[in-house]
Order: sequence, then structure tokens, then C-alpha cells
Amino acid sequence: MTRVPDTDLAVAASGLVKTFGDFRAVDGIDLEVRRGEVFGVLGPNGAGKTTTLKMLATLLPMDGGRASIFGVDVGRHPHMIRQLVGVTGQYASVDENLTGYENLWLFGRLQGLSSARAKSTAADLLERFGLNEARDKQISAFSGGMRRRLDLAASLISQPPLIFLDEPTTGLDPRTRGQMWDTIRDLIREGSTVLLTTQYLDEADQLADRIAVIDRGIKVAEGTPDELKTSVGSSTLQLRMSEVADAPDAAAVVRRVLDEEPVLTPESGGMNVALADANQAADVLIALRQSGLSIASATVQKPTLDEVFMAITGHGAEDETTDRTEPEMEAAR
Amino acid sequence: MSTTLLAEHETTEVLDRTIVTRPSLRDTIDQSLAMAWRAVKKMRRNPEQWFDVTLQPLLFTAMFAYIFGGAISGSVQDYLPIVITGILAQTALTACMATGIQLREDMDKGVFDRFKSLPIARIAPLVGPAMADLLRYATAATLTILTGLLMGYRPAGGVPGVIAGWLLTIVAGWSLAWIFTYFGTRARSAQAVQGISMMVMFPLTFLSNAFVPADTLPGWLEAFVKVNPVSLVISAVRDLMNNGALTANVGWALLGCAIVVAIFLPLSVRSYSRKM
Repeated sequence: MTRVPDTDLAVAASGLVKTFGDFRAVDGIDLEVRRGEVFGVLGPNGAGKTTTLKMLATLLPMDGGRASIFGVDVGRHPHMIRQLVGVTGQYASVDENLTGYENLWLFGRLQGLSSARAKSTAADLLERFGLNEARDKQISAFSGGMRRRLDLAASLISQPPLIFLDEPTTGLDPRTRGQMWDTIRDLIREGSTVLLTTQYLDEADQLADRIAVIDRGIKVAEGTPDELKTSVGSSTLQLRMSEVADAPDAAAVVRRVLDEEPVLTPESGGMNVALADANQAADVLIALRQSGLSIASATVQKPTLDEVFMAITGHGAEDETTDRTEPEMEAAR
Repeated sequence: MSTTLLAEHETTEVLDRTIVTRPSLRDTIDQSLAMAWRAVKKMRRNPEQWFDVTLQPLLFTAMFAYIFGGAISGSVQDYLPIVITGILAQTALTACMATGIQLREDMDKGVFDRFKSLPIARIAPLVGPAMADLLRYATAATLTILTGLLMGYRPAGGVPGVIAGWLLTIVAGWSLAWIFTYFGTRARSAQAVQGISMMVMFPLTFLSNAFVPADTLPGWLEAFVKVNPVSLVISAVRDLMNNGALTANVGWALLGCAIVVAIFLPLSVRSYSRKM
């Protein structure tokens, strides 16, 4: 029996590449996930998040780079990697024709549990994920949220030390989303290492210790949620002046108070100001009053994912959401 | 290769846990049985999957016997020993065509992502359904023989001959199914599998000795008919059921089946593993 030396890194990946024909879906991504942390991979649709995760989970072969999980090489030992990682996909990967209980029993059996162990594990997980009343219902009768929870339960059967959550709440309504977050937080509390992908800044903010921002197959930023938000300002102050002609004077006031360049919106006689702290809005408003400049309206907005993207990549998140979904594997050959 | 079969677990320690380096033969069998269990559950919940192995044998046996009987053998009675064995092969082929189509449909579903992400032998998701499909071949063969008996077929091979022919039909169905399983792992859609399978199945069935004696055919066609594995199986089944004789044809049929499995099973596993 061999022993893989312990490492502090749950995931160590460098230079990951995946191409589909001419399209470089993942173009040299490095990732380091420490043991016990929740690492978020944030990016718009088609940025390469899911493809990266699939390569790390041995679901897609890598076209370049190398990766190891707890020191085990992903390319060379796929069977071992599959015992270390539990994967919960974007689309619930459970069997439509089976009941919730049968699904969990089957996945338990496939992972080498005895029939009795598989039964008790299935019952425990259904209980823990609040799926008891759906135990004997076929999955086709499940709601979207129930499917996701069952899917998450299925990836925990063998209590893997590392859990991949691929867009765990995409397509869920806000209430179900909150429930899913609670479930994920419970997992985190138990000390699991989690690698999570998401398109939602608030989700990464709520759940992740560190975040990598991915865009067009490239990692464009990495840091704690606070570091990332500070880099774009924690919120935006939108100002409209009563008199359009006052706008340049108001801009000068903003520059003096915040040492920050406002973005003018000339047609409405207004401007947008990035704030490091929402309280700075008050400083600006007081300074404007003291200068005798009258405002028509002032609103403070938290930064959106779009703004984070604007700030980091120089283009919006939205323009990527179309036509950049992963082409079919078939087309790649 | 992760599909390498070993009798014993080979393990590695990672963190505080002991994990299996590659699945043993025992693991592979257990996993295949679990997949077979799933396939049987699925069949029970989708009764339409049984139409081809229940209605078709009944319908085709009666139809072919009454239409061709007089023309080919002079009477329906004399034609039955030929047509029953022919329909046995035909229904087994149709049933294994469905194996490929259903595998493709199944692979497009989310649950196959789960199977791929689990530490299971790559062969298990293919062998499991193939084992469950033995039930379908058995049903098709049984119903065809029963219909024949009802219509007055009296096989000279007696009970042992009929049972041997029945078993050979099931073995042949299971073996030839790997051709269609391979199409299932390669094609882009279930429709494509159906299209390709039809193009393979019709020549295999009709360019054989299933419905007419091969010596009535033009020479060039007779040459193909004689090497067609379906003809080999049909000749063997005829020897067993109609003569009660264990002839060289049985050996040729089994060899033909073994060759098909030896080629298409590894191809299927390879193509399936690549899809990941």
C-alpha cells in the first residue's frame, strides 16, 4: 500500500487548458484551494467555470496543464480522484425513473456500500435534507429545489473530503435558493472543503472564503470577497443635479471630497461615483449643500456583478452570456 | 487503464482514508449488478419498452407463416420449422437494437454525469443494462416459440433441443447487442442510433437464411448469406430445435458471437470512456 504525502492544498491546478475546436474554453487557469476553505469561482455563463470543474472532476480530459487533488494527480489517477471528490452539477444528476430513496441506495451500492449500509445511509441523508416525505416519489414528481437537494445528498454518500458545487442555485427561486445556502453552510460548518462555481456575486459573497473571477477562460482576479469589492468600490452613488449646468461644479466637489473621478452622464445632468464605503455618500451630499449646489435625486446602489466585471475586465458580464455556452463535445472531435 | 480487472483491491492512503487505486473484478461485478438492478426497475416502470419483445413475436410469427408458408414450403405446416427459427433471430436482433437506442437516450440524461463522476468501473454502466436485457431476449424467444407451438409447430429436437435453441438465441441476442451498444456510445442522438441500426439490422436479417433457403438465391448473394453471423445462429438453432443435433453449426455460431463481443465490447467501453 502506498501513501500520498499530506498536503495543505485540496486542489492545486496550473495552466489548465480545454479547447473545443478553435474555441479555448479554458485558457491557462491556475487554482489553489486550501484544505477546509470554501473557494468560489465566479464568472458569467460560458466563462469556463463548469469546464474547469469538469476537468478537475475527471469528467473532461485536460488539453493542457496539470492538476492534483490532495496530492493525487488528476490525469493519471482518475479512479482515485473520483473517491476524493463529490460532484453536484448544474443540472441535477439523479435518475428520473427511480424514487429519491432508490437513487441514494443505488449510488451507495455503486460506491461499495453493503445493501444494509446503503439503506441506512439513504435514510439518513433523506432525513437530513428534509426529503423524507418524497422518499418514495419518483424524481419526475420532484420540484427543482428538491432535485438539487437530492443531488447534493447523492454527492455526500461517501463523505468525500472535497465537494464540487457547480452553480448550486442557478434557476432556483429566491426562497429555495436561501434554503440551499443554509444546506451548504451546514456542510461548510462540518469542515468540508468546497469548490463552488457561481454567476452570482452575492452567492460567492455569502458562501466563499476566497474567490477567483474567471472571464473568457482566463482568471482575471482572485481574493477574498472584501478585497474584490473594494477593488470596484463597495457601492455606487448616482447623482442628478437640479440644474444640468451645475454638473461640472458638482464633479469638482466630488473630486475634492473623495479624491475619486466621477463618471458623468451628461444627458441627464448627473454622474455616478464609486464609493469605498456607503457612508461616503453623506460626505458628498453635505459638501454639495455647503457649496450651494442643488440635487434632484441621489441613490446609493451596491455593486452588481456587472460592475465588478466592468471594473476587472473592462467589459460587462451580460455581453458574454449569449452564444458562448460550451459547444457539444461531438463538435469538438 | 481504469478498466483493468484485478482480483484484489490495490489501495492507496490519502489524508486519513484508504482509497481503491483501481476497481477489482469483484467491484466491477457488484457495480454491474447494481446497474442491472437500475435497468430492470426502469423497464418495469416503462411498459412500452416491452412492446418489441411481446407484440412483435406474436404478430410476425403469424404473419410470416401464413403469407410465405404456401409459397416457400408448399404449406404453412412445412414452413413453420424454417420461419420460427428465423423469427427467433429477427426478434432477438430487434431487441438488441433497442439496447443501443435506449443506452443513447440514457446517456443524454443527467444521471449519467453522476455515473461518470463516481468511482466505478467504466464498463459497469454498459454491462449492467446488457445483463438486464437478457430478460427481454428471453421474453422474445419464449413468446416466439409459444406462438409457433400454438400454430402447430412440433420441433423434432424435443424439449432439450428447444431449450438449447432458446438459450442460443438469448446468447446471440446478448452478443450482437454489443454492435448496437457501440453505435449507442458513438452516435449523437437516439434517432441517429435508430437510423444506423436499421441499416445494419435489415440486411443482417433479410440477407440471411431466416425466411428462405439459401440455395434458392443467386450465387453472389448466397456467398454473403452463408457468412452472415445471423445465418450461422439460425442454422445452429435449426439443428438444435428441428433435429436435436449438436452440430458444428452450433460451434460456428458461438464462435461468431464471441468474435462480435471481442470486437465491439472493448470498442464500446473505449468510446464510452472518451465521452467523459
